[in-house]
Amino acid sequence: MIADYLKLAIDGIMHRKLRSWLTMVGIFIGIIAVVALISLGQGLQKVIDEQFEMVGGDRIIVTPGGGTFGAIGGSFVSAKLHKSDLDVIEKVRGVDSAVGVIIATGNVKADDKRIVVSIFGAPTDPKYQKLLRQIDFFAVDEGRYLKEGDKYKAQVGVRTRDFFDTDIGVGDKIKLEGIMFDVVGKNKKTGNPFHDSKITIPIETAQELFNKSDEYSSIMIKVEKGSDIDEVAENIKEKLRRHRGVKEDEEDFTVETAENVVGVFKDVFSLVTGFLAGIAAISLFVGGIGIMTTMYTSILERTHQIGIMKAVGARNSDIQLMFLIESGMLGLVGGIIGVILGLLLSKFAEYLVVNYGGIDIFRVYASPELIIGALLFSFLVGCFSGYLPARRASKMHPVEALRHG
Amino acid sequence: MNPRLLKIKRMEPKIETEPIIELRDVWKIYKMGDVEVPALRGLTMKVYPYEFVAIMGSSGSGKSTAMNMVGCLDVPTRGEIYLDGEDISKLDESDLAQIRGRKIGFIFQTFNLMPGLTAIENVMLPMTFQDIPRYQREKRAKKLLEEVGLGERMYHKPTELSGGEQQRVAIARSLANNPEVILADEPTGNLDSKMGKEIMEMLSKLHSGNGKTIVMVTHDESLSRYADRIIHLRDGKTI
Repeated sequence: MIADYLKLAIDGIMHRKLRSWLTMVGIFIGIIAVVALISLGQGLQKVIDEQFEMVGGDRIIVTPGGGTFGAIGGSFVSAKLHKSDLDVIEKVRGVDSAVGVIIATGNVKADDKRIVVSIFGAPTDPKYQKLLRQIDFFAVDEGRYLKEGDKYKAQVGVRTRDFFDTDIGVGDKIKLEGIMFDVVGKNKKTGNPFHDSKITIPIETAQELFNKSDEYSSIMIKVEKGSDIDEVAENIKEKLRRHRGVKEDEEDFTVETAENVVGVFKDVFSLVTGFLAGIAAISLFVGGIGIMTTMYTSILERTHQIGIMKAVGARNSDIQLMFLIESGMLGLVGGIIGVILGLLLSKFAEYLVVNYGGIDIFRVYASPELIIGALLFSFLVGCFSGYLPARRASKMHPVEALRHG
Repeated sequence: MNPRLLKIKRMEPKIETEPIIELRDVWKIYKMGDVEVPALRGLTMKVYPYEFVAIMGSSGSGKSTAMNMVGCLDVPTRGEIYLDGEDISKLDESDLAQIRGRKIGFIFQTFNLMPGLTAIENVMLPMTFQDIPRYQREKRAKKLLEEVGLGERMYHKPTELSGGEQQRVAIARSLANNPEVILADEPTGNLDSKMGKEIMEMLSKLHSGNGKTIVMVTHDESLSRYADRIIHLRDGKTI
């Protein structure tokens, strides 16, 4: 029976092509938004989780300045981190090791091309290297790590070749702030555009180049196994406050755990997602109202046909089911179109992010649950919106319906 | 009831049988705002099995309302209607639908075919609502369409058929569930005289050949010769 009603429903929809399309637009715009957003969101979630893993859950980063985004704000504030701060941090209970680094931007010259790139000043002291080499974005894929005694040597990221005509490899020379450097190693690809395009040089050389002797842009800390990272972060904060003579909430430095950093992104993202999901919900609601209007119109137009069907033996429940299937189909087809367009849209967004944003590891992710859920939801929106019109159709009096039209 | 107006051709044994349709003092009152308009005022009539009855009357005589009552399309305001001995005047819409789907076949003046469906699909429709499996429906619909001479036009939609052909599809549809009673409401009203004659002969054959009970509503005196008996209506009752 359902198959017959389905055929009648499809007939009904096909007879009113334009109206059916317009009705479905209301649904599929909402579904596009839902599918695109969630697949982007799930993809972003994965990237964030991977990055989080890369940085390591047991890391704390201290930067100068009081803002939330310390690493960014750091270059604009007068407060600085010094060797003495590093010494204080190293003595805090729960700290396994700590290392101070320089992050700056510098002019690079190779093959007569001048560009500005991120410089990462890393200590060559084996004590610090041990910690650094555990961090993914420092890892060398080709050539060797910077070692004690290196001065004008550099490790380059895989994306530095984007800035030059030729590929920069181990053994090449690059000019940084007017000084020639030998490229000794090439960093492993991380997928993060910042890390993949940075040039790593010995910290002493960086401090000299940028006039930052005894100064760090940030201090990276590894927490001892078994220690509570938030507790250690609090201890560091307290010790640094005492050392630097500042009051609570007036810190001229920022202590962040990897979780903090990820958390901020997650918060912002969930806010944006929530907002857009709200819009999508409104759109689906309006789409549902659209289906309802279309169904009322359609039922009015087909009053005579409803009368015929009743005369030849259609029960109220038959008529109701028939129209519910029709409105459900409107929702479902709208949903199918919406899912397809939503997936295309999110793929396009992925293309933009990968090719123009440089985040190579970004992939949208549409789980089967998402697709099935979206289809089911659009079908249900159709059914719910069709319920009242279908009920009205089913309750029509056969004689009056036959007299109509 | 005026006996002179009843043209009784029924054979004796059939008088003994119970009526297949019986209306007892049926009133139907429509409400138009505050005004009550009675369409039937105590209509009493009986239709026996295998009869061909014509209900005649001028417009406003209540014959359409009577037809709706007989066809279980409507329930009376007062009075009782028996179909096959069962009182249907108190049944709800869905039960009525089932009964008319099974026991009554309709033929309308305006054919009333579903415009989106082909001839065969239209004939299959009443069987769909009786939950008959598809292959059976298809088989029967084909047979019926062949019987009304539309074997070649089965997959055409109503708009692709002439008036006479549409009415033949309607006749095939009325027979779909093999009902005991065929109700024809001005079956030739929208046809030219040649096609009208064809349709009437078909109904006649259904009556004499297939033993169907036929109730026809008409205002056309010339059609009365096909009927065994004529029931005249005026002002919502028989005269």
